Amino acid sequence: MENFRYLPGVTTLQLDTQACVGCGMCEIVCPHGVFALENKHATICDRDGCMECGACAKNCPANAIQVNPGVGCASYIIKTWIKGKDAEVQCC
Amino acid sequence: MDKPLPQNTDCCADKPASCACTSSQPISIQPGMPDPGQDDVCCGPPPEPASSHFERPGYELCRFVEDFVDTAVGPVPKIKTVLDRTDHAGRMAARWGINRNNYRVAPGLYCVGTPDHHAPVLVTANYKLTFDVLRRQLESISAWILVLDTRGINVWCAAGKELFSSGEVVRRVKQTGLANIVEHRRLILPQLSATGVSAHQVKKDSGFKITWGPIRSEDVPSFLQNDFKADNSMRRVTFPITERLALVPMELSHLVKPSVLVLLGIFIASGIGSSIFSLAAAWPRGLMATAAYIAGILAGALLAPLLLPWIPVRLFALKGAITGFICGIGILLIFYTTLHFWESLALLLSTTAISSYLSMNFTGSTPFTSPSGVEKEMRKAIPLQAIAVLIAVVAWIGSGFVT
Repeated sequence: MENFRYLPGVTTLQLDTQACVGCGMCEIVCPHGVFALENKHATICDRDGCMECGACAKNCPANAIQVNPGVGCASYIIKTWIKGKDAEVQCC
Repeated sequence: MDKPLPQNTDCCADKPASCACTSSQPISIQPGMPDPGQDDVCCGPPPEPASSHFERPGYELCRFVEDFVDTAVGPVPKIKTVLDRTDHAGRMAARWGINRNNYRVAPGLYCVGTPDHHAPVLVTANYKLTFDVLRRQLESISAWILVLDTRGINVWCAAGKELFSSGEVVRRVKQTGLANIVEHRRLILPQLSATGVSAHQVKKDSGFKITWGPIRSEDVPSFLQNDFKADNSMRRVTFPITERLALVPMELSHLVKPSVLVLLGIFIASGIGSSIFSLAAAWPRGLMATAAYIAGILAGALLAPLLLPWIPVRLFALKGAITGFICGIGILLIFYTTLHFWESLALLLSTTAISSYLSMNFTGSTPFTSPSGVEKEMRKAIPLQAIAVLIAVVAWIGSGFVT
């Protein structure tokens, strides 16, 4: 996806390297190759490739990854602006 | 014995000798009447074949089922790996938003080939389009297919909505009695479902270990051959021009309803002038504004998605503004003999703003935009789009008084 880059420096992705157990699951599930395993520990090698889908956090058995997952969809965000964040909003 | 002759010769005019029915006088089958099982019947074409022995009262046999395989938990439908015309027609319709929200297959266990208790288990969504792209890849493969109830939504979107979820995987494994059919304890899930499914949670709750399969179903055969290993190219999402083009009809179909209101507004705004409302002005000016509106739609919902990686800016709103501005210039060149300065400004601004807005909305269809990024760009772009439309409307109505 080198041709498809979105805005840099916006992702909410956080990795707690201390808590990481080195299972490598984040590296497998990430669809954008954001993680790499180095010395049996996960590292973020392409932070700006993150689209905040949440797959890594969902599959981290050590809870070492935090991210605000969601859909990067303008019409969805407009609806949450109108109806409020907690309202039941159908995206697409 | 004499055959009753038809009273209404319009019926079965080509077969009067064998015809026994009348429209007004239905009669029961008598000796000498054609057997409905034979080809030589009264009205219409020869009858369809007799019911399949798989049919059950109250159920409809799906066209994609070719057989049923007996298992420890009862018969499991064996599905075809070749799509037929109705599958293709259904896909085309869904791409245009027709029946898209109800295009689904029944959740549960299916199979392809001749699977045994060692055969792999592929898990997928019950959006018919998803189900079809998977099964067409499984020619000469024997596998079990566990279809989850994702409410007819594709894998990634259903995972994002917590429908393709750990709970649904566990529930469906138990409901189908999968543990009695296979000896192993491995489920192969599409990688993109990881957004909704937690592998360690499923293992804990069902005893089945999740192996993350490739993103694209076309890679499933080599993944299975390669001892359940996916290389990097199978694990990275892509967005080629064919996929972007496939999404365009859906973008356009969203616009049909709002366009009715917009066109009505264009017609009214084009007729307003010093004589309050002039039909003579509304028609030619309305046509020019409609052309600008259509240009804005095509620039934002067709050109921007297609040219996505080649427009050298990252903000989607800006990508659309660029394609919209260029198309707006094209509209001005077409009508330059009749347009005044303020009219030209109005058309150029509206085409740019409409295209920018639609392109921004395409973020939701791409596989790489983050919600944080989209929100950031929207906070900048929406006020500008609104100001542009406002100026355009004022300039357009205002120029109706000048001319």
